[in-house]
Amino acid sequence: MTEVTMNIWRGDSNGGNFEQYKLERVEGEVVLDVVHRIQATLAPDLACRWNCKAGKCGSCSAEIDGKPSLMCMTRMDTLPDDTITITPMKTFPIIKDLVTDVSFNYVMARQIPPFTPGEPEPDGTYRMQQVDIDRAQEFHKCIECFLCQDVCHVIRDHEVNKLYYAGPRFFVKLASLEMHPLDTVDRRALMREYLGLGFCNITKCCTEVCPEHIKITDNAIIPLKERVVDASYDPIAWLGRKIRRKSKMTAQEAYELAPARVAPTSLDGIPATAVED
Amino acid sequence: MNIVASDITSQSFDVLIIGAGGAGLRAAIETRSRGLSTAVVCKSLFGKAHTVMAEGGIAASLGNVYPEDGWKVHFRDTVRGGKMLNNWRMAQLHAQEAPDRVLELEAWGALFDRTGDGRIHQRDFGGHKYARLAHVGDRTGLEMIRTLQYKATSMGIEVFMECKILRLLTDSSGNVCGAIGYWRASGDMILFKTKAVILATGGIGKSWKYTSNSWESTGDGHALAFQAGADMIDMECVQFHPTGMVWPLSVRGLLVTEGVRGDGGILRNSENQRFMFNYIPEMFRAETADTEEEADRWYTDHSSARRTPDLLPRDEVARAINSEVKAGRGSPHGGVFLDIATRLTADEIKRKLPSMYTQFLELAGVDITRQPMEVGPTCHYMMGGVRVDAETEAATVPGLFAAGEVAGGMHGANRLGGNSLSDLVVFGRRAGMGAADHAEGFSGTPKPEMEQALEAANQAIHPFSYENGESPYTLQADLQDCMQRLVGIIRTEAELRQALENISELKDRLNRVSVNGGKQYNPSWNLATDLPSMLSLSEMVTRGAIERKESRGGHTRDDYPQPDPELGKVNFVQRKRDGEHSIQPEPLLEMPDELKSLFEDGH
Repeated sequence: MTEVTMNIWRGDSNGGNFEQYKLERVEGEVVLDVVHRIQATLAPDLACRWNCKAGKCGSCSAEIDGKPSLMCMTRMDTLPDDTITITPMKTFPIIKDLVTDVSFNYVMARQIPPFTPGEPEPDGTYRMQQVDIDRAQEFHKCIECFLCQDVCHVIRDHEVNKLYYAGPRFFVKLASLEMHPLDTVDRRALMREYLGLGFCNITKCCTEVCPEHIKITDNAIIPLKERVVDASYDPIAWLGRKIRRKSKMTAQEAYELAPARVAPTSLDGIPATAVED
Repeated sequence: MNIVASDITSQSFDVLIIGAGGAGLRAAIETRSRGLSTAVVCKSLFGKAHTVMAEGGIAASLGNVYPEDGWKVHFRDTVRGGKMLNNWRMAQLHAQEAPDRVLELEAWGALFDRTGDGRIHQRDFGGHKYARLAHVGDRTGLEMIRTLQYKATSMGIEVFMECKILRLLTDSSGNVCGAIGYWRASGDMILFKTKAVILATGGIGKSWKYTSNSWESTGDGHALAFQAGADMIDMECVQFHPTGMVWPLSVRGLLVTEGVRGDGGILRNSENQRFMFNYIPEMFRAETADTEEEADRWYTDHSSARRTPDLLPRDEVARAINSEVKAGRGSPHGGVFLDIATRLTADEIKRKLPSMYTQFLELAGVDITRQPMEVGPTCHYMMGGVRVDAETEAATVPGLFAAGEVAGGMHGANRLGGNSLSDLVVFGRRAGMGAADHAEGFSGTPKPEMEQALEAANQAIHPFSYENGESPYTLQADLQDCMQRLVGIIRTEAELRQALENISELKDRLNRVSVNGGKQYNPSWNLATDLPSMLSLSEMVTRGAIERKESRGGHTRDDYPQPDPELGKVNFVQRKRDGEHSIQPEPLLEMPDELKSLFEDGH
């Protein structure tokens, strides 16, 4: 039986440092199992989040040897070194050890006008063909682990941009609404003017870390960018609008539909001071 | 360093909901839609509740695949599956209202898989006569929780996440009107004053070693209600899901959806036999296939063929697997084989069961499109719980309501797959209506007794001042070992008595637990505050199991292997009065004749 050294960041908002824990390797374990063994034997107060331990809830996000990952889905035997480093997600403020304050995401969720369906069929139900919902179902696979938010350099490297940028998770959410066959709200101007869709420069880092293998950049963000451009500049867009079920809305009109009970700042008339790389 | 009143901040709401899974969120949507201020408290982040792990689907007699389905068939399936121990009125309301609740989820944005004509597709599941489960691949719970989560967000419901409730609080006349808890992030105490409380805390599995449940399922709601004086019923009825993963050890117990069998998967033993044909109980013999040919034909033709015994209710399948393993016909890691690879093409498996495919590939290194899975029973679901009024979900203590897994009665002695998600939304909504009525009729301001809050808060921090005691992790491991060995799937009087003794010792040891470090996000302290619930719950399950001297549904007694018709007419009711824990049989509600007739021959 070989040994492994877990190099884990310990600390809180005041700072911290790495602690090393040596354990025996156990066949079949994932990183989260080892963290749990450390809690049970060596460091009972080591903080981490987890729930389902099956890649379904998206709670145990951390950076394993620098890569944003779910601890519950990372097999120890896929990590070649005998020393494994675990750090909390960098983009969010530290609460303690591997636990970060992800409330940014819950605030951002409130900036998005909710799903608003059109009229049902005469029998009160809706009809949708499978082929028309395949794409939106891909987006519904999101487990809100926020690894895409963590890896996205627009907010990872520039804290200030959190005021102006919804991030990949919420572009996926917006795409799921945009491509939902029943939805009637036009969020395109809102995405462009308030939610920072333009800041994404499609480096695809989010797609690489997505544990659900959602093609965030190709299937959500790029199509959204195209639709936003169409809405704003395309001289023949009126033709599209004739056959589009959603009537055009301004950013402000759409934003009034959002819950937005706790805005990160006043989003009305945001000055263009976000940082671009 | 005792906590005093000035250390505790308080918040006031019309309705407090404990738990943010399907039931809690559906209740919150209801109370909020009535204009009531509503707080939802949950132990994890918002959107991570255990509902997210539900896989197979939500049962509702929409009749989209089999138009002959209807609420009466669903009702009959549910009550027969529950071995006639169900609260008939809950089962009736559930069967009648589930279709509307599913359509409502769709109107709130849920995207269920479709039929060819664009309606909601429905899949076969154990114990359901017709294909009845609306689903999204094998991740239906995720779809449901996201839909409810964003609906709740859009309505301005206040969410207190990573907050643990320690105790329900009553006023001087015994009405539940508040709760005390603490924030995990800071360890600071918080007190809620409220006109009504809805428990929607979910399950109990963490008291067992092998469970499909997450760390949250510590029976908090069961313990809170019991302590507040509420009646608890059927606490002996715990469901062991037949198919949990058995290897690697670190994921032992993790759920393998019944949808695998619903979509054609079959169980085999080490001799390659489809052993379920040897375990068809008398109650289901007439409607179950007795040859492999008929069973296989049933998947595409429900009218000329009878259902496969692989899809008998969960209690039957779990016991059968247990017997096969005991008889030495198990798989290498102590389960049996579940084979989908020879039944569907690789593409079909990846499309219909995507998360099972990933789960086995990534965690066990098993490609289920080529190899069979190894599966065995895992502690999954609590049928028993807070005794509620079927229409309003009111508990027997004024001001308290309960919905979802924490409530008892709906599922009798055994729950059918798919009936849990529908239970959440049907009774979540009804609990919301019941609590809203109660809150609207409440005059004056809620006055929870501060002494109760201070007592609970100071008990919670006791492990910080107790020095050189034992670790909460050790206590938890010992409890899990005890429940797994002695109060598992097959029970005997002697073992149950032994378990009761062990639990009593563990309760003593709980007073001698120590925790190091600060209160800020300290998992060992958090566990120490979950242990009282886990112990209280375990004691209730064990006591109930001792009293029910028969085998029925999820409760199997080796020393009383048959059902006893007399015991089939009673609930065992547990309650606490003046510190005394009592348990006694009380008659079930009498089912009206027109519903009784559904169980006669010819149906």
